[in-house]
Amino acid sequence: MSNYFKILRPGINSTFQDLGRFGFQHLGIAPSGCMDKSLFYLSNKLVGNKASEGALEFAYQGPLLELVGESAFVAVSGKVNFNIINKNGEIKQGASNESFILSSGDKIDILSTINSVYGYFSIFGGFKLDKTKGSISTLVRAKIGSNNGEKLKSEEKIFFNKFSGDVKKNKFKFDFDNDSTIRVMQGLQFDYFSNKSQEDFFSKEYKVTKLTDRMGMRLEGEKLENIKSKNIKSEGITKGSIQVPGDGQPIVLLSDHPTIGGYPKIANVITADYDKLVQKTPGLNLKFKLVDLSIAESAFQDYIASFNNF
Amino acid sequence: MLKKISNIGDCGITCDFGDEVDKKTNKEVIKLFNFIQESVKNKKIKGILNYTPSYNKLIINFDLEEVKSKEVIEFIKSSDYSKTIFSEKNKLVEIPICYDEEFALDIKRLEEKTKMNFDEIVKEHLNTDFFVYMIGFVPGQPFLGDLRKNLYHDRLDTPRVKIDKGSVGIVENFCTIYTFESPGGWNIIGKTPLDLFNIKKKKPSMLSPGDSVKFKSVIKKDLLTFKNE
Repeated sequence: MSNYFKILRPGINSTFQDLGRFGFQHLGIAPSGCMDKSLFYLSNKLVGNKASEGALEFAYQGPLLELVGESAFVAVSGKVNFNIINKNGEIKQGASNESFILSSGDKIDILSTINSVYGYFSIFGGFKLDKTKGSISTLVRAKIGSNNGEKLKSEEKIFFNKFSGDVKKNKFKFDFDNDSTIRVMQGLQFDYFSNKSQEDFFSKEYKVTKLTDRMGMRLEGEKLENIKSKNIKSEGITKGSIQVPGDGQPIVLLSDHPTIGGYPKIANVITADYDKLVQKTPGLNLKFKLVDLSIAESAFQDYIASFNNF
Repeated sequence: MLKKISNIGDCGITCDFGDEVDKKTNKEVIKLFNFIQESVKNKKIKGILNYTPSYNKLIINFDLEEVKSKEVIEFIKSSDYSKTIFSEKNKLVEIPICYDEEFALDIKRLEEKTKMNFDEIVKEHLNTDFFVYMIGFVPGQPFLGDLRKNLYHDRLDTPRVKIDKGSVGIVENFCTIYTFESPGGWNIIGKTPLDLFNIKKKKPSMLSPGDSVKFKSVIKKDLLTFKNE
């Protein structure tokens, strides 16, 4: 009758995401959307979907899903360790960044991302999801979007659209950029920080801590001394802004950020380096490099061009 | 007046209207906000993703694949948005509030600080014509001003872990309404049964930046039987 995946294990933070929900930040709704746009695009490309089709995003450990109904043409993007378990219980290791067919009764067990945080699971024809204000993205903090605004839960069903026509298997050799330099532009309140802190920020290493999720990435390192004012008048937040609260430890604001905030911002991550940043796991050390707008814009052109290789 | 436009990374700009937090400055921000919203709707400018007004700034985010910072800045500089008529875009909303002791958690604290009694504080609050400076932090949460100076108080030293949805709080010259159950440090003076945010509605937030708000006192029975549309 119907085709669906039964969720046997939801994973740590599995949500449906597309490119995000825009035009509502002035009403307090954060953009949300996929954390790693390159991998999101890749997952759709592998199964022949349009680039903006909603995919299942997972972090660290992904879900264990059982296919009920007819076969499905799917792909997992990222550096992901996963298995395919067939009806007879035979286990076969899965290959990421490669499309394949799942048969009825097969289970896909997404065990973990390797030296990275996020991965995507996509299906030809797309998941059956309703758009909320133009997007299927789930914003858990505000209970908005797919799955009633919640993470995946055990025993739930994930429905998908039936595909027709031929499928073309696709494969892509993908690797992460292991370099830990993140390029940034000066933040609006850069001059709130002492000369020493301005230098420290671009010369010392800042460690990714465990207090990191879709909302923000907390870093730990040389204390950044604010010599002007610990608070500013609350202002709109932009993804990738690096704010520094009173304790002097920077926080990078990510896709599910609050819509307004009152902490001074020392820098902003350039768009071309955002995907690379969000894949850095806790414990890794980052180095920030200052660039200007023209460098950021040309880096963006290279970043966009890289999608054409998929 | 728009004082300065600066970049926020490569896909955002901020329009800075100066350091003052007052209605006059905020109205200028909201004029530009209304203009940008209208321009996006009428496809006068492409690639704009979000436009977020706050007390004295408007932050605009855009899609770098569609438009660059220079074009957005030029669009704003070459536009005459001063003619945007303010009142046409904004409305007056009456918000029911119950000031029963059960909901007015910080009334003792406020009585001590303001040297006024409960009834006087309520009267002051009811007599204030509020203006929506901005909405945000969480969906639909309004930041309303201005309270008269005699009601000013600081945030709680230790924020509450849990504040009920609908709670109405004041800090300094501002008043807010919690649209979700959340932690918070505002002085709670009452509670509204009105649902200010509902994602299922065409307009999910009842209030928009620039709207006016007047509170209307209701008894507990009316709070409990109130039906949201």
